[in-house]
Amino acid sequence: MKVLVPVKRVLDYNVKPRVKADGSGVDLANVKMSMNPFDEIAVEEAIRLKEKGAVTEIVAVSIGEAKCQETLRTALAMGADRAILVQTDERVEPLGVAKILAKIVEEESPELVILGKQAIDDDNNQTGQMLAGLLNWGQGTFASKVEIADGHAKVTREVDGGLETDDLKLPAIITTDLRLNEPRYASLPNIMKAKSKPMATKSPADYGVDVTPRITVTNVAEPPKRTAGVKVADVDELVAKLKAMGVAK
Amino acid sequence: MKTLVWVEHDGKAVKDATLSAVTAASKLGEAHLLVAGQGIDSVAQAAATIAGVGKVHVADDAAYAHALAENVAPLVVELMGHHDAFVAPATTTGKNIAPRVAAMLDVMQISDILSVEGADTFTRPIYAGNAIATVKTSDTKLVVTVRTTAFEKAAAEGGSAEIEKVASTGDKGLSTFAGEEIAKSERPELTSAKVIVSGGRAFGSSEQFHSLLDPLADKLGAGVGASRAAVDAGYAPNDYQVGQTGKIVAPEVYIAIGISGAIQHLAGMKDSKTIIAINKDEDAPIFQVADIGLVGDLFKIVPELTEKL
Ligand SMILES: Cc1cc2nc3c(=O)[nH]c(=O)nc-3n(C[C@H](O)[C@H](O)[C@H](O)COP(=O)(O)OP(=O)(O)OC[C@H]3O[C@@H](n4cnc5c(N)ncnc54)[C@H](O)[C@@H]3O)c2cc1C
Ligand SMILES: Nc1ncnc2c1ncn2[C@@H]1O[C@H](COP(=O)(O)O)[C@@H](O)[C@H]1O
Repeated sequence: MKVLVPVKRVLDYNVKPRVKADGSGVDLANVKMSMNPFDEIAVEEAIRLKEKGAVTEIVAVSIGEAKCQETLRTALAMGADRAILVQTDERVEPLGVAKILAKIVEEESPELVILGKQAIDDDNNQTGQMLAGLLNWGQGTFASKVEIADGHAKVTREVDGGLETDDLKLPAIITTDLRLNEPRYASLPNIMKAKSKPMATKSPADYGVDVTPRITVTNVAEPPKRTAGVKVADVDELVAKLKAMGVAK
Repeated sequence: MKTLVWVEHDGKAVKDATLSAVTAASKLGEAHLLVAGQGIDSVAQAAATIAGVGKVHVADDAAYAHALAENVAPLVVELMGHHDAFVAPATTTGKNIAPRVAAMLDVMQISDILSVEGADTFTRPIYAGNAIATVKTSDTKLVVTVRTTAFEKAAAEGGSAEIEKVASTGDKGLSTFAGEEIAKSERPELTSAKVIVSGGRAFGSSEQFHSLLDPLADKLGAGVGASRAAVDAGYAPNDYQVGQTGKIVAPEVYIAIGISGAIQHLAGMKDSKTIIAINKDEDAPIFQVADIGLVGDLFKIVPELTEKL
C-alpha cells in the first residue's frame, strides 16, 4: 500500500519567533527553517510501516515556495521514495492545502495519509481533519500508536482525559502526536542518495484548486509581556508569600 | 447571528470548557447548544440551565456515543443549515470535529480564538503564543474553536432553554470506538484547577515525581501537571502535559518545579495569574516569567515546603 505524507516547512522550533515592528507578521528572513516536527514524526511512522512490510511506497508532498524542496529532500533522505512539490508563493490556508491534497489522493490512490497534528507556525491543527472530511475517510487524530492489519488502522489517540483507541477502515487519515515515535536522523549516504530520488513540481492550478485565502491577517502583535518578579531566599519566605496570596492557610 | 455550541460532556455532566465556549458564542449572537451522545438526558437538562442559552438540540444515538468525528460532523453540518456559526471549545474533541465540519461546509476554521473583535474578526495565538494575530474571515458561515482560558465561564444555572430532539444522521461506518484509558483522579482537572503544581525532567523517576508532588498537591488542593520531558520519560501520563501541544492552563497559581521553561511549555501556562518557579539553575528561562522564584534543589525544597504548609 502507498502512503502520502504532507510535510510543511516552518520556522525551526528552537528559534524564538520575532514579531515584525509593522505588525505584518513574524520575521522569517535569515532564520533557520525546518520540517514541522510533527511531520518528521509522520515521515518516521511511514518508514517504520514500510520496514514492517505494511507499506510499499512513501510519497512526500509539500505546498509552498520553492525552498520547500529542502524539506522534501529531508523527507527523501529519511526514507521517503519520491516527492511532489506544489509550488506557490501565496499563503495557502489549511482548507486550500486539504483541497490540493484531496486531488493528489485522487491521482495517487494512497490507502493512508499521515500528517502532523499541527503546524507549529500557525498552530491551526486542521488540515488532516479537513482532508478526511473532503474525502469522507476515517480520521485518527493525535496518534500515539498505529497498527495496520486486515484493511484497518487501529489508532491510539492522545485525548484530554488520557488515551482513546479507534478502529478505522482504510483508506484513512492519521495525524501524529509527539509520542508516536522518535524520528531518525538522515545518514550522510542517505542524504546523497536522496538527491537522485524523483521530485515532481506542480502548481495549485495544475490541480484546479482555488487557494485564495478566506482569512486576512490584519495585525500580528507581541503578546503581553511577563516580567521577572522577585526571588525568595528560602522556603519560609515562599510559604509566607503563599499565605499572603490566600493559597495556603 | 445564531450560533451552535458543541457541548463537551462525559455522558453525565456538562464540562466547564462548554461554559467558556458559550461566553464566546454569545459575543457573536444567540447561543444554541448541541448535546450529542447516547443516554444523555441529564446532560441535556444541565445544558438547558446554562444562563443565556436559546435552545438545546439533543441528538441521542449510539452513533454519537464516543463523539467520533466521522459521525458527529454530518450532524453538525445538517444543523448548520439554520445556524451561522459553529463554536466548539478547543478540547481534543472540539479540535477533532470542528475542522471536519469546516471542510464539509467549505469554510476556513478559525482555531483557538482569544477574543471576539467583531462578527468576522478574532484574535488567536500563533507560534506557540509568541505572537497574537488579528484575523478577519470572508466566509459567511463561521467555524470557530475557543481557547477556554481566554473566556469567562457562563453561569451554569439560571437559564431555562427549550430542549429539542434532533434526528440521528446515522453511523457512517468509517470508524469504531475500540477502547480508552481515562485517568481517574480525585484531584481537580488541570483546565479548571485554581492551583497547579507541575513537575519536569528533574524529578528523575515516576516514583520521585509522585512521592514528592502528590503530597504537595494534596496540601494545596492543587492539580498536578508536567512538562513534556517528564511525560516522555514516563514520570506522568500524557494527560498531565502542559504546553503548546498539551493542555493550556491559566490557574491562579502555577508552581513549576524542575522545569526549565522552554517556549513550548510556556505556551501552555504563561497566562497563569501568578507563576512560581523552583529550579536549581538561577539562569533557567522559567525565572524570566516567574513572579516568585526560589533557587535550589527540589529534592530538599519540596519536602520542606510540603511540611511547612
Ligand atoms: C513540537 C514540540 C512541541 C512541544 N510541546 C511541548 C509541550 O506541550 N509541553 C512541554 O512541556 N514541552 C514541549 N516540548 C518540549 C520542550 O521543548 C522542552 O524540551 C521541555 O519542555 C523540557 O522539559 P523540562 O523543562 O522538564 O526539562 P529540561 O529542559 O531538561 O529542564 C529540567 C530543569 O530542571 C532543573 N533541575 C535539574 N535538577 C534539579 C533539581 N534537583 N532541583 C531543581 N531543579 C532541577 C534544571 O536546571 C532544568 O532547568 C515540545 C517540543 C517540540 C519540539
Ligand atoms: N503547506 C503545507 N504543505 C504540506 N503539508 C502541510 C502544509 N500545511 C499543513 N500541512 C500538513 O498538515 C498538518 C497540520 O497542519 P495545520 O492544520 O496547518 O496545523 C501539518 O503537520 C502537515 O502535515
